[in-house]
Amino acid sequence: MNFTDYTFLVIAIGTAILGAVCGMLGSFAVLRKQSLLGDAISHAALPGIAIAFLITGAKESNVLLLGALISGLVGTFWIRGIITKTHLKSDTALGLILSLFFGFGMLLLTFIQKQPNANQAGLDKYLFGQAATLLIADVYLMAIVTGLCLFVLLLFWKEFKILLFDADYTKTLGFNTKFIDVLITSFIVLAIVLGLQTVGVVLMSAMLLAPAAAARQWTNSLSTMVILAAVFGAFSGVFGTVISASQNNLSTGPVIVIVAGVFVLVSFVFSPSRGLLFKQIRFMKNRRDLELYKTLSFMHHIAETHEDISHPHSIKLLNNFQGFTRKTLQELEEKNYITISGLNWSLTPEGFEKASNLYNQNFKDE
Amino acid sequence: MSNPIAIKVDDLTVAYNYKPVLWDIDLEIPEGVLMAIVGPNGAGKSTLIKSILGILKPIAGSVSIYGKPYKKQRDLVAYVPQKGSVDWDFPTTALDVVTMGTYGALGWIKRPGQKEKKAALEALEKVGMLPFKGRQISQLSGGQQQRIFLARALVQNASIYFMDEPFQGVDATTEIAIINILKELRKAGKTVVVVHHDLQTVPEYFDWVTFLNVKKIATGAVKDIFNDDNLTKTYGINFKVSVNK
Repeated sequence: MNFTDYTFLVIAIGTAILGAVCGMLGSFAVLRKQSLLGDAISHAALPGIAIAFLITGAKESNVLLLGALISGLVGTFWIRGIITKTHLKSDTALGLILSLFFGFGMLLLTFIQKQPNANQAGLDKYLFGQAATLLIADVYLMAIVTGLCLFVLLLFWKEFKILLFDADYTKTLGFNTKFIDVLITSFIVLAIVLGLQTVGVVLMSAMLLAPAAAARQWTNSLSTMVILAAVFGAFSGVFGTVISASQNNLSTGPVIVIVAGVFVLVSFVFSPSRGLLFKQIRFMKNRRDLELYKTLSFMHHIAETHEDISHPHSIKLLNNFQGFTRKTLQELEEKNYITISGLNWSLTPEGFEKASNLYNQNFKDE
Repeated sequence: MSNPIAIKVDDLTVAYNYKPVLWDIDLEIPEGVLMAIVGPNGAGKSTLIKSILGILKPIAGSVSIYGKPYKKQRDLVAYVPQKGSVDWDFPTTALDVVTMGTYGALGWIKRPGQKEKKAALEALEKVGMLPFKGRQISQLSGGQQQRIFLARALVQNASIYFMDEPFQGVDATTEIAIINILKELRKAGKTVVVVHHDLQTVPEYFDWVTFLNVKKIATGAVKDIFNDDNLTKTYGINFKVSVNK
């Protein structure tokens, strides 16, 4: 495979742009706890593609994507309608619309496949995506939408942020929350529709969620999160394309999604503040420190009974206390809290000071 | 009281689905009072505040702030929602949340600048949270989060403050800090309306009270109407609260 090949470049740039815009918008979906919305929208887009084909008979991707956009939007507003007008919870509404629209879309696809029409083949690429069919015109469209999205994001950054954090409060400040909400949702729908050709109906929501979920692990700032998610998304697109191009017959969409999944996995394990690994390390270190301090405070109790705090005591005295080992004694000595000579230990002034302040909340150590 | 009426509610009726939550509420709140709204769970206390603020749409009735519709008087009003109404794991800092209080005055698109940041820092100082300005909000205790919410409302520099259970789940230190700020607001001539649960502290904290249980039971000065009779009417059981008058 030649990585300077024109087709390859088109696909790589296309998937990178797609990954970036999905990452940006996915951050908002994740923070609004609307992770499943993307899945519902992408599935809801399928009947639109089929109907657009039935009406126009064309395979031209822009026409089909317009159909996808319309049915995706219809699905979204039905979901909202169900949530506000009935007692159904949002997950039920999402699941309902997702499967209904997808089922209807599949029905139409099988119907189309039985038609005596040479053009019909190829519609099923929208199920799992086929990046190889990306044309430079498609990439231009993606770039324009991404640019527009970026512009709107920067323009209404403050409004987006406050709506995500506290919608009711936003309303009392006089902002039209419905407008902001529709704006975000419309862009999410648009990004999903753009990705259908590349990643497909079934896997599209992963493009939206994976980079955002990964990015959340690394930062506590919204702007950094959005930028990181865009970067992760773009890299997923490029890596995925490279891998699928160098291994014949691997379809690009699933590979991109798996690369994005690797980003998530790595982030969840290795992020310094929220990652599982460092959490576990911190947890174990805390436990060890606690064991040390328990031993120290036990020694402190004994030492308190003497005028001279550094009076040596026998190590045997500690046998009443279960939590100590040779190793804890060694560590305490390393920290300069005690000194050990032969079978005796004695507290140092530092150790005494430390032990007397152990349970004092107002005494900040380290 | 000869003070002007700050908030006037007429025939307010609100319902979720079929059951009315608030029924035909008429209420006049004079300027400069520190008022508690008390009532049992489900009495519609939060709903009353949210309807006044236009977050919920009433079936009937109207609200006016200093004689004009609320929509025209928004900048006179600040709101402190229940602490539990937002996700505190949101990626942002204490200072950033408080700065959100300036967004209303900024309007659409315009970003907060030095002036807004300074106002937010002053508000943080007032609630004793300045040392925590850069702290990620999930790393704050419940009481600290409540103070951040209070600071965000203080930044708005409003005339009327609505607070939804600001003392819920906070420790004694925060409770005292908050009530001192509320009393300061009253001293400055502001009107403060608080959804409150702890009946014991009503006479100590507030000078005005509204009893609510779907309908308005009573409203007026604490010293006049905070008695066993109204408590019994509101809570439906015989009440003997020792009220030190």
